[in-house]
Amino acid sequence: MEAAVFVLSLVDCCALIFLAVYFVITLSDLECDYINARACCSKLNRWVVPELVGQALSTVLMLVSLHWFVFLLNLPVAAWNMYRVWKVPMGNMGVFDPTEIHNRGQLKSHMKESMIKLGFHLLCFFIYLYSMILALIND
Amino acid sequence: MSSTGFNSQNGPGGQPYANGPFQNQVALQPPGPGYNMTHQPPYNPMQAKGPMPPGPGLYNSGPYQPIPPVSSYQASPGQPMLNRPPMGSPHPMTPPQSTSPCPGPRMPPAQATPAPPVSANSYYQHPPAWQYEALPLMGAPPPMGALPPLATAPLTFVDNHVTSSPSLAPPQASSAGYSAAPPPVYHNAMQPSGPPLPLTSLHRYTQPGSAPPPMNPVAPPHTYQPGMTAPYGHPSTGLPPSMRPTPPPMGNATPPLPFSPKTDGHIATPANGAQVPNSFDHLETGPKMAGPPQQPAPPARHMGLSYPSLPPGYQNTSASPMHHPMQAQTQPYSHAPQSYQQLSAGPAQLSPSLAGLSLQSQTPETLRVVNLLQERNLLPPGPVTPPTPCLPQDLQKINCHPEVFRSTLTSIPQTQSLLNKAKLPLGLLLHPFKDLSQLPVVTSSTIVRCRSCRTYINPFVTFLDQRRWKCNLCYRVNDVPEEFMYNPVSRSYGEPHKRPEVQNATIEFIAPSEYMLRPPQPAVYLFVLDVSHNAVETGYLDVVCQSLLENINALPGDSRTKIGFISFDSTIHFYNLQEGLAQPQMLIVSDIEDIFLPTPDSLLVNLNECKELVQDLLKSLPQMFGKTMETQSALGPALQAAFKLLSPTGGRVSVFQTQLPKLGVGALKSREDPNQRASAKDIPNLSPATDFYKKLALDCSGQQVAVDLFLLSSQYCDLASLACISRYSAGSVYYYPSYQQQHNPAGVECFQKDLKRYLTRKIGLEAVMRIRCTKGLSIHTFHGNFFVRSTDLLSLPNVNPDAGFAVQMSIEENLVDMQSVSFQAALLYTSSKGERRIRVHTMCLPVVNSLSDIFAGADVQAITGLLASMAVDRSVTSSLSDARDAMTNASIDSLTSYRTSVLTIQQPGLLAPACLKLFPLYILALLKQKAFRTGTSTRLDDRVFAMCQLKYQPLAYVMLMIHPALYRVDDLTDEGALNISERAIPQPRVQQLSVEKLSREGAFLMDAGSVIYLWIGRNCNPDFLTQVLGVPDYAAVPQNMNILPELDTAESQRTRAFVGWLREQRPFFPILHVIRDESPLKASFMQNMIEDRTESALSYYEFLLHVQQQVSK
Repeated sequence: MEAAVFVLSLVDCCALIFLAVYFVITLSDLECDYINARACCSKLNRWVVPELVGQALSTVLMLVSLHWFVFLLNLPVAAWNMYRVWKVPMGNMGVFDPTEIHNRGQLKSHMKESMIKLGFHLLCFFIYLYSMILALIND
Repeated sequence: MSSTGFNSQNGPGGQPYANGPFQNQVALQPPGPGYNMTHQPPYNPMQAKGPMPPGPGLYNSGPYQPIPPVSSYQASPGQPMLNRPPMGSPHPMTPPQSTSPCPGPRMPPAQATPAPPVSANSYYQHPPAWQYEALPLMGAPPPMGALPPLATAPLTFVDNHVTSSPSLAPPQASSAGYSAAPPPVYHNAMQPSGPPLPLTSLHRYTQPGSAPPPMNPVAPPHTYQPGMTAPYGHPSTGLPPSMRPTPPPMGNATPPLPFSPKTDGHIATPANGAQVPNSFDHLETGPKMAGPPQQPAPPARHMGLSYPSLPPGYQNTSASPMHHPMQAQTQPYSHAPQSYQQLSAGPAQLSPSLAGLSLQSQTPETLRVVNLLQERNLLPPGPVTPPTPCLPQDLQKINCHPEVFRSTLTSIPQTQSLLNKAKLPLGLLLHPFKDLSQLPVVTSSTIVRCRSCRTYINPFVTFLDQRRWKCNLCYRVNDVPEEFMYNPVSRSYGEPHKRPEVQNATIEFIAPSEYMLRPPQPAVYLFVLDVSHNAVETGYLDVVCQSLLENINALPGDSRTKIGFISFDSTIHFYNLQEGLAQPQMLIVSDIEDIFLPTPDSLLVNLNECKELVQDLLKSLPQMFGKTMETQSALGPALQAAFKLLSPTGGRVSVFQTQLPKLGVGALKSREDPNQRASAKDIPNLSPATDFYKKLALDCSGQQVAVDLFLLSSQYCDLASLACISRYSAGSVYYYPSYQQQHNPAGVECFQKDLKRYLTRKIGLEAVMRIRCTKGLSIHTFHGNFFVRSTDLLSLPNVNPDAGFAVQMSIEENLVDMQSVSFQAALLYTSSKGERRIRVHTMCLPVVNSLSDIFAGADVQAITGLLASMAVDRSVTSSLSDARDAMTNASIDSLTSYRTSVLTIQQPGLLAPACLKLFPLYILALLKQKAFRTGTSTRLDDRVFAMCQLKYQPLAYVMLMIHPALYRVDDLTDEGALNISERAIPQPRVQQLSVEKLSREGAFLMDAGSVIYLWIGRNCNPDFLTQVLGVPDYAAVPQNMNILPELDTAESQRTRAFVGWLREQRPFFPILHVIRDESPLKASFMQNMIEDRTESALSYYEFLLHVQQQVSK
């Protein structure tokens, strides 16, 4: 059972890592002017909710399986994702708004955020991997 | 080469690029204003040249002697100094100098001859010193005039050059004035060529003797003169024509000869003012631009002397881009034309030195400490003038006009941390498509641009030699294309630095086909008219149709121009105007959920071919909907239809809307609670309610469609949401609150005039604007109406001459090695005639490393304008109170920083540098501006519209909105009047905006940008009432008076001339309200009295006390 939880988390985490990498790549494409802001933002906005769901899923899994430490580790990130979506002004086209992204250093802060998430997911990946192996051995 | 050709566009005066004359003239003028001015003396060169026998000796004895450097120079380096001397042909020399100074005994007689020109020289007299000398002088502050350098001068021309022998030269630089000035930065020159500087210079020097061509007495003079900067060279240069015979034999090098002279000149210039240090650098570096001198301009042949002769100021004036290059080049030329290694770019070099100097020389005015609590009358009598960047005058002269390109800090801090310390925002304000009376236009098959950063060649680049130039933004060294070697203006070859591109900071290119993604599209105008019951009630349709009928031939465009109409209420009406129809055909589409175009081909028609049908339609349109009972408005679907109609070609959509759209996509709800207007601490609903308009605007932007919004309404229309359609498609927003044909004639007139301007002004289609800045700086925020497509590229489906832009910048890499930085805005657009054009503006600013320099260069108006834009953003993303706090803090922080970091002596009171003395006043004015005020009942739409205006109006108009100008007009006189086309325009003094300035005996005119109030005092001079207003007494002044009667009296003429002049200065039409004490408008007049206290806002004095309290914490 425990092993199953971690296998599932591991898969989820891999997906999140891919997503984070995709965010970083797309944002840097924008930075280098390979794509325009409109295309970049519509690409990214499409994945904001899946990311939120993925993060929430692993958080809930940890809660359900009563792994408190990992749960608390995941909670702030999940909360931040929701806050971010909730905070989008009515007139904006999503978390990433093409008319704003070049203003006030938003591009940089989005980039920074994606990098931090990438790091976080990598950390989680190894935690899940370790826990999974541990669980399998214990079984 | 032949292909290239210029022509001046606007305005009669095309630019006389080639000719130096202008410049020359300038040069002649007294140095006056320039920074350099202070230093005046440096130019002695004249003397040097001059044949002054005693030459050096004399000089030494002179004031200069004291200066150590000088002597040193003389001793060893002296020769280098000499170089200059040759330059300065005696002419300019003031009498004294000429007499003894001319170092160059050897100087050929010819030079001596030149002397006559002297008159011009008079200026010089005081200071004449060789450039080199000058430099040292610089170091030693006072000596300016000092002749010491002269001593060095003694050498003959040749000698001089020679003497300048490389070895010497470098030392000089170091030893000389440098001490005073910041260390000269050689790098500029150096960079590309790197090493070349010293060495090269040396070579040249050494050669000099040999390097005959230029050297030759005769020739040299020429060359030198040119060197002086193009100006001289040019015909008119002050120097007598005789001076410069035809160009000297230039050596072989084709063009070069002239250069050498110029170079000198350049150098000299720097030397003059504070710049001096720079000049050294240049000199040392030697090889700057190879810019040839302005050619052998006929007239002046200064013998070598010319430079010296010119007063520093003059040189500066010449400013033509040429100069820089010239300077550098000069040296090289003398040797061999080929070696042009001019080290740094002329401009760049100078700047650093300037910066150093600036402290000393400028301090007086802009940094003068003002105690704001004590000084009551802060306003200058006339308009507030922007500060002048502390650049060498020659650069300054060619720098972009401040109305087009302006920086909040005219001295750029070296590092971000320094900028943070100053607590002033760094940004640029642009008005790139401003109507210009003179704009050089270049047609060329190759547009010279930097290969790596794509910067357009501009006056601030450095010519390393005739074949290579160094980009002033990324410092890459580029080749000069063969075609660029030919100067179409002067029809000469080999003078790339004299090309108009290098002579003008603002220039327009006709772009070849590689600048087009598709063939230039015709101008397409689509009018989208609200014809619901509400709209018909206002009666605006009559005005729109009438204006269009009147101006239909004045719409910018060519034979391909297209026009179309859509009207809408709860359905969308299209008009089939196809040729051949007897009358326009209306097609109604009632399916607003899924809009489609009934006959896509005939809705947009060629204006010329179908003019009669269009006119028929315009005549019948106002009546067509006279009895409509439809109250709904489906704006969203109408906009979608317009987008579909225009997306193949792009173009301009003009939307006229009179109520809140409540039908179909983009429907909005009323979000304003009128009862909360005055009481609410924070104003909600400043941001859009839906992203529909933004998305549509981005779609439009992608298809090169711009949407201009005219909102005529007496009720809440949610401008915050609607404005998005224009904001992101680079349109403009016009708002006429309470528009009503019958009851608001002033509003109608205003609408009519605005409409006329709107219909007939220039238009640029399919435009993009890129703003580039020197490596190390980056733009992080943009303000204005456009869509930012990539980091520095603004997409502007339309660009109009009334749009302003602002950007905020940060310093990402330290600018330690740079003396100056440049900014370039390039606007690529399709003109209404179907030509692809590029308008390029380049601005160069010095880099400084001390806080006091930063403060000295602060431009208070630009800072206020940028802060206003930032505050608008803050209001929308955060809250209005946040924005208000941020503005107050901006003034507190900057004054605190000034107090703690710049002021050495702490005095009581609220101290500000003179250049920022208006800062707290402007901030207070902003806090009381419609956009940001609280506590006063302000309609949400009014507020949002004010915010829009703050963001996209050019600075000049924004400043009037923020801080209106108040004049007393009952006693206008012709004293000091401007004369414009034979009309005398009285210039009354600008008054403080305080009720204490009003008097019952007077009449006051307040110019608030979009509205002008004429307030009549109760006991106003009866003469004024009868002579100007045409009423017998005060009581007879009508309640609603919007025009001044045309009376045949001197007073009336003066007043009308003044009001007319104020109106002509802006593209929109300000309404005039004549008000007296009982007028309902008196409240709005009084609200502009920003120095006074209101129920909800502090008075100016209280605000100062608040700031002082915070500052001294």
